Formats: sequence, C-alpha cells, structure tokens
Amino acid sequence: MNDTALQYLLAAILVLPLLGAVAALLPAPPGLRGRDPGQAVLRHGVTVTGAVLVLSLVLAAGFDHGHPARMQATTDLTWIPALRVHLHLGIDGISLPLLVLTALLTFLCALYSYFRPPAASGQAASGADAGAPTARTGGPSPKAFVALVLLLESGTLATFAVLDLILFFLAFETVLIPMYFLIARWGGGDRERSALRFILYTVLGSVVMLLGLLLIGVKAGTFDMVALATDNGSSLSHSTQLIAVLAVGLGLAVKAPMWPLHSWLPDAHTAAPTVGSVLLAGVLLKMGTYGLVRILLPMAPEGMHTFAPYLAAFAVVGIVYGSLACLALARQGNGGDLKRLIAYSSVGHMGFVLLGIASLSPAGVNGALFANIAHGLITGLLFFLVGAVKDRYGSSDLDQLAGRTGAALYGRVPRLGGLLAFAAVASLGLPGLAGFWGEMLAMFGAFRPGGGLSRPAYLTFTAVAAFGTLLTAAYLLTVVRRICMGDRDTAHAQPVLADVRGYEFAAWTPLAALTVLAGLWPAVLLGLTDPAVRSLLGGN
Amino acid sequence: MPSLVQSVDWTALTPVVVPAALAVAVLVADLFLPPARKALLGWVTAAGLLAAGLTLIPLRDGHRGTFCQTPGASCSYAADHFTLVIQVLVLGGALLTALLSLATGTTDGTGEPPSGEYWFLLLSSAAGGALLPASRDLITLIVALEVTTLPAFALVGLRRGDRLASEAALKFFLSSVTATAVSLLGISFVYAATGTVNLSEVATALAHTPGQLDHLAKVGAALTLVGFAFKLAAAPFHFWVPDTYVGAPLPVAAYLSVVGKAAGFSGLILVTVIAFRPYHDVWGPALGVLAALTMTVGNVGALRQRPDAERGAVRLLAWSSIGQAGYLLVPMAAAASARSPAHEIGATVAYALMYGVVNLGAFAVAALVTRGAPAGRLDDYRGLYAARPLSALALAFFLLCLAGLPPGVVGLFAKVVVFSSAVGAQHGWLAVIMAVNVVIALAYYLRWTALLFTRPGQGAPAIPAQSPAAAASAAPGAGAAASAAVAGTPFALGAAIALTAAAGLVLSGAPQIVLRYAQGALL
Repeated sequence: MNDTALQYLLAAILVLPLLGAVAALLPAPPGLRGRDPGQAVLRHGVTVTGAVLVLSLVLAAGFDHGHPARMQATTDLTWIPALRVHLHLGIDGISLPLLVLTALLTFLCALYSYFRPPAASGQAASGADAGAPTARTGGPSPKAFVALVLLLESGTLATFAVLDLILFFLAFETVLIPMYFLIARWGGGDRERSALRFILYTVLGSVVMLLGLLLIGVKAGTFDMVALATDNGSSLSHSTQLIAVLAVGLGLAVKAPMWPLHSWLPDAHTAAPTVGSVLLAGVLLKMGTYGLVRILLPMAPEGMHTFAPYLAAFAVVGIVYGSLACLALARQGNGGDLKRLIAYSSVGHMGFVLLGIASLSPAGVNGALFANIAHGLITGLLFFLVGAVKDRYGSSDLDQLAGRTGAALYGRVPRLGGLLAFAAVASLGLPGLAGFWGEMLAMFGAFRPGGGLSRPAYLTFTAVAAFGTLLTAAYLLTVVRRICMGDRDTAHAQPVLADVRGYEFAAWTPLAALTVLAGLWPAVLLGLTDPAVRSLLGGN
Repeated sequence: MPSLVQSVDWTALTPVVVPAALAVAVLVADLFLPPARKALLGWVTAAGLLAAGLTLIPLRDGHRGTFCQTPGASCSYAADHFTLVIQVLVLGGALLTALLSLATGTTDGTGEPPSGEYWFLLLSSAAGGALLPASRDLITLIVALEVTTLPAFALVGLRRGDRLASEAALKFFLSSVTATAVSLLGISFVYAATGTVNLSEVATALAHTPGQLDHLAKVGAALTLVGFAFKLAAAPFHFWVPDTYVGAPLPVAAYLSVVGKAAGFSGLILVTVIAFRPYHDVWGPALGVLAALTMTVGNVGALRQRPDAERGAVRLLAWSSIGQAGYLLVPMAAAASARSPAHEIGATVAYALMYGVVNLGAFAVAALVTRGAPAGRLDDYRGLYAARPLSALALAFFLLCLAGLPPGVVGLFAKVVVFSSAVGAQHGWLAVIMAVNVVIALAYYLRWTALLFTRPGQGAPAIPAQSPAAAASAAPGAGAAASAAVAGTPFALGAAIALTAAAGLVLSGAPQIVLRYAQGALL
C-alpha cells in the first residue's frame, strides 16, 4: 500500500471517533432507530469503534514492516502558525502497537456495553427506575456514554499518532474530560470525589509537562517531534535539558503513574465503571510511558541520563510498594477491594515499564514497550473479569466474596474462574504468556544499563525488582486461592450464578488469545519496536 | 508654527463616532417613542454597534492616525492594529450586552426591556471603550477611561428599588473615582517631570530626566499604574468586583467583565509598553507579582463559592474574571524583559479575545437560567441538560474554554500562548504559579460543568429524600432549570448564545484567527 493511502487511513482513524462522538449526540436517523434510543446509540458506538479497529488493522497490514524505525503515513500541515503548531501525524514501530491496542480495547468495551448497558451503580439499586435507566432524560444516558467513550478514543489514538509537542499536549488533555465524566457519572462508591481527584492530579502534572514542552520548543525553535528527535538534544543546553526532563517527566510520571505520584489511581479505579477501568488501565496509563520514550529519551538524552537512576529507584520502590499494598489487600479480614487490588498491581507493573525505560538500554526500552502492551491486554482482561464478578455478586469486596473459605468460582462458574486464574498467572509473568517477556527484558536491561550509568546501582534495582516479581506472584496466587477455590458447600451454593455469557466471551477472547500469542511469539512486537528504539536512543 | 486648524481623519474616527452619535440619537428618540415601541431602541442600539464594528473593515491596514501635532507623527489618535483588535472586542462585547439586555431588561427575569437612558449609557460607555485603545496621549487616555466608566456607575445602579444595586453602584463609584484621582495625580507628576503628555514623547523624555525630577517621575509612573490596575481589578484592587457584579443587572456585569477589563488592560499596555518603557525593569517584576497575586486571589475566591448561595453563579463568574485578569497580566510582565515588548502583548490580546467570547457566552446562559430561577444559585443549574440540552452543552463548552481543557480547544491554546510568553521571558516562577492556578480554576469550573449534567433533584439539599421519579415530576423546586424550560428562550438571548457558541467553535477549529495577534507586533 502506498504512503498516500496510509496517510488518509491514519487521518480517518483519528477523525472517525470524533465525528462519531458528535453523531452520537444527534438523534438517530430513521432506519437506524433500533429497539429504543439507548440501543441505537450503543450500536452506533460498536459500529464506529469497529470501523476504527478495522482501519487500524488495515493500517497495521499496510505498514512497511521492513522499516519500522521510519515514520510512516506522515502528514504535515500547518495549523496554527502563531504557535508553530503543525498537524504532523505519523506512526512507527513504537506507536503502531499502541494504536492497535487502543482501537481493540475501545471496540471490546463498546461491544461489552452494547450487551450490558452502563448504569450508575448508585442508581441501579433504586427500584423500578433500574429497569429503564436509559429512557429517562437527565439520567446518565447511553448517548452521553457513547459520545464520551468515542471522544476518549480519539484523544488516546491522537496521543500515539501526533508528532508535534503541542498537539501531543492537546491530545493528552483531550482524554481527561471524558474520563472524568465516565467515572463521575457511571461509577460507584465515592465516584465524584475520585473523579475530581483523578482530573486535578493529572492536570497538575500535565500543566507542568506543558511548561517543559514549551521550554524545549522555545529553546530549540521547533515543536516538531521528528526534528527534535533527529537533533538528539544537541540544540538544548545541559541545564535546559535538566529542567525539561524534570518538568515533562513529572507530568508523565503522574500519568504513568510512578510511585509516589500514584495516589489518584486506586481511587479512580475503584470508583470507575468496568469500561472506564479497562480503558484507564489498558490505554490511558500507557500515554505516560509512551511520552517518556517518545519525547524525553530522544530529545533530552543528557537530562535523561542524569535523572535515569532516580527514575529507576522510584520505579523499583513502586514495584515493591504496589506488591506489598496488594498483599495487604489480599489478606483475609482487611476488606480489600478487588478493583483496588488490581489498581495497585498496575502501579507495580508500570514500575517495571519505568525501570525498563530508565535503563536507557535497547533491551530495557524494548521490554518497557512490550510490558506496556502486555499490561494493556492482561489488566484490561482482569478488569473485565472483576467487573463480571462484581455484577454477579454485587460487590467486589474480597472478604465478602470469599467468605472464610473462598468463593469457589471453579465450582460455581468454572469458565469465569478459569479465565480469572489465567489472567492472574499471566499478570504475574508466567513464561509463555505476555506478562513474562516485558518484565524479563526490563530487568535484563537494568542488569546491563546503557550509556555509562552506574552498574552497581542498577544491579541493586534489578535485585529489588526481581524480589518484586516474587511478591507479585504471592498476592496473585492468594487472590486465585481465595476467589477461585473454596469448599464444596460454597461451590453448590444458591442462587446459581451465570457462567461466562456469549458477549462476555466475545469481549474477552481476543484479549486472552493475544496474551497467549504475545507470550509465545514475542518477535511480532519486538521486531517492530527494536529498530525504532535503537534509532530513538540515537545509536549510542 | 503649524496651522491651528487640524485636518481630522473622520474615517479613522468612525468606530468611536458612530456609537457616540447614536447615543445622543437614542436619548432624543426615547422622548418621542410611545412606551409600546421602546424595544425598538434596543434593536437600534444593537444595529448601531454592529455598524460601528463594520466600519473597522476599511481601516484594517492599520496605518491611520489623526489629531497629529506634526503631520504623520505623534498623533493623539492612532488606528493601528492594536486599536482595531481592542475595538472589535469592545464593540462586540457591547453588542452582545445589548442583546442580553433586550432579553432580560434591568431587573433580571421580568423580560421588560430597559428604558431609553439605559441604551444611552451603554452606547456612551462603548464609545469610550473604543476610544481608549486608540489614545496615544495621557489626557485622551484618562478622558476615554472616564467616558467608559462613568456611564457604567449608572448602569450598575439601574436596578431600581434594589438595595444591593445601589450599594454596588456606590462601591463601584467610590473605588473607581479613587483610582482615577490617583491616576490623575500620577499623570500630573509625569507631565511635570517630562513636559509632555504624548506617550512616545514621554518615553523619550523619561530616559533623560534630570536627576532632581527622577523621583517625581518614578512616583508618577507608579501612581498611574495603580489607577489602571483598579480598572482591571488586579489584586489587591479587586475588592469591588464581586459585590458590583452581583448587584448590577446581569448584562451589565457581563459588560464590565469584558469591556471594563478590556479598557483596563489596553490602557495598562499603552502606558507601560509605550510611555514607561524606560522603567521596564521596575514595572516588569511589579506586574509579574500583581499577576501572580491576582490570579491566586481570584481563583481561590471562586473556589470558595458555595453552590447554594444567592446569586452564586454571577459571584463565581466575578471571582473567576479576577483570576482571568491575572492571566492577562502575565504576558505584560513578560513584555518588560522582551526585546520587542509590542510582540509579547499580542498574547494578552489573543487571550482577551478568547476570554471575551466565552465569558459573554457564559453570562448569556446565566441570563437564560436566571429568567427561570431569579435566585441565581449554582444549584439552579443542576440538571440543566435535561431541560435545555443545547444551552447546557454551550455553557459546558464555555466553562471548559475558560478552564482551558479540550473540547474547549481555543481556551487551551490561549493558555499555551500565555504560558509560552512566560517561559520565553524566563519567568519560570510565574509560569509555575499560573500552572497551579489553572488546576485550582479547573476544580470550580468542572464542579459547575458536572452540575449541569446531574439529574435534577438528585442530592439537592432542599429536597427531602424521595424516589427519583417523584422528585422529577412532583417537586416544583427540583429543577429550577425545568421551570425555566416553560418560559422559552427569547430571540435576542438565543442569538447571543448561538453567536458566542459559534464563535467559540470556529475559534477552536482555527485558533489562528485570534492567535495570530500573538505572532506579530501590534503597536
């Protein structure tokens, strides 16, 4: 496929969800009305995200896999000359997998919501109203839900496809309002507080990031990410690079999230609806680590070199901290919430990603990018599964679910239990599944850090991270024991719970299959990222 | 000895002359119109302001000037690009105010159109606002400033029989008169020290002030700035704003928040960047501190507003306008250390244009909601989306523009321009303070936005717990917004909301339209 076709394809991928979001707010045209307005608009969401997924798969097929380090499907149009902002789009081996992952996860979320329309959990319980939460105006209507999910999708896709610093910031900010409303309107528990906390934390981070981006742009005279990456920081003085890395890194670290800036994440995940959690963990967190790789590594290598050991130190603290928090939540009698537990496990997993990036070595950065994708698949699946458990039990409180002996999902709902155990062992990094390669490569990279970083320090980090994998295994196995296993009486308890339904299979199978595929054939991803990473690291 | 008879370029003056002439015409026409036809005056006013705006088109090359001492040099009236942009802002702001007033009247809610003197006052004030950015000497500047504000006192006090209104007018009057007096004192000092009132000649003279007059000149400059800071409502001279906005008729509050601010900051720009250029190392940091203080005070004040307070919506907009004034000051502070200050102030102008459009839009929706719920509490906005989806979406868009988050793209880029001027001028500390302020501001804008989409009645303190179905159908107070739906939207108000929303959307798609002023030198 020639480059012009790819250009239009990429532009269509970014514009389609945006148009879809506007269309979702308009009344449905005759012939597409469906059973009721709610159903029609949810179907519209499935159609649009499905089209985006198909387009992104075509884009991936048309991508020149021989030269993944080259920017492909590039468009460069002047948009705002006053700010030197260009509509510069393009993808390479680093952004392509993330683009496809975003399209896939959003499509699966739309599909899942089509069969299980979203309802605010606070209102679902209020009697007669629960049956038709969609028909009432003013309540959380599926219309707004679909529009927000599509807006969120266009923001995330744009983050991975733009090649201009200011546009990157714009795309980075675009996801905030939709995610805020997804949590605040369709969430449960303390949703409005959690949503506000989520958005204020991330905006504080991203405004500081904007200052760093502006500093880079003002000093280097351009906001073009390709030009800046080719420049490799030579037009920025050492002190400029230090300040830029500090400011930009702070913003991205809040998003990633890096310990100790993670505290918005558990609350947001606990309150968010299933779809919100899946997208938040699966896609939004990746924007932070993607920014580190795409912006800071190539544009401010000296600054990165100075701050890399600190980043690595925070990363390994995050790994251990996340795992310990999960262990505490998993213990009997602590009243741990399953969603909260997975949120903390995300802090640990993203710690591995950050450690890989901080190693500044090709192996480490490749591992980080791999772990990014793997975490998106596995944690996305986990949040789907926990959402399903919560639907069936009406709670995600571990003690309430497990009782004294365990919830015995293997006996009550064998397929759901099996999938949950599968996702858990994938998450703990079992060889042969996706979780393994990323974390192994990240530690491998940290074992032999690039560019004259202190080896002894990094050996310590590697050792701590390795200890973290043990803790990860410990809490995930505890969860499996308490949720999936149990005594015979619980297994035959009434009422009988529904096992995995058809649409749930449809939404989860792709994630499970890709987890296996990426675990058995990591070269698919690594072949894409490796050349691009080497060129970003500037041949050192 | 040049000729005593000046040739006056009336074409350059049209944007000022048209509203001024129309003001007199309206006042006279008011005497002869039967009461039933009074609404006509409002439409004439709106049309006249539109016409005045259209007269800017032939001037757009921006090289005219008149009332010159020597032909072509040191003119008192300059129609350059800076002037034209601010005139667009002032005339556009006045036009939207006229549309709002047509719908709400001076009493908020009755829908009775205001009387003839209201239009006279509005037009006079607009004429002053249009003259101000064109002034290039201190006397014209202070006269223009007074022509802008004196009618505004009367406008604020026009809500007859309202104790709050007269108190607001008095407060506004006293603080404003003090400011003018201080400014005049400062200007007289500057005149004494330099012997000229022409702005560019003041700059030349200040650079060579004799030693014994140095202190006089400095004190004069400082006092002049204080006067303008009052008008812009920069902290610590902001205390009159919330009470004045709350007491004034809603359209007048909208007018003050846009045109009043435009007058304040354009005067401040002219005085600092042209006249007091030699003192840039003093006023630069001073404006920086003022900016930081103003945005912090304004945003914290807005954050403290409670949703159930009377007229809380206008009060919140008042505090937020103080915060926004702080952002306007940032590029001016950066201009002090820049090589070409005229270049930097473009960021202020671009931000002001964005702010003008979306703030007037927010006031327009507030006027619409206040028709149904005269108390004007923030709680009255609960569930607005259910009752009036389009207005709610428009208000959400305006608030997000003010907060600077997508989908309010133009707000985001306007903030980026301001940040970029601060970063470019090495004012990192100011940029960081502004960053924190953006987060504080987001909290209250977002709280309001979220309120729009909440179910009417849900969690409202006034309503006892009952089933949601009953709350929506039975409780009359559940959605003040719902009762507003009964009233319908007057044409003028709908037009004002549609105009501002369309402008906001177009600017979000093509921010270059306003941001280009941040690119080239305006003065």
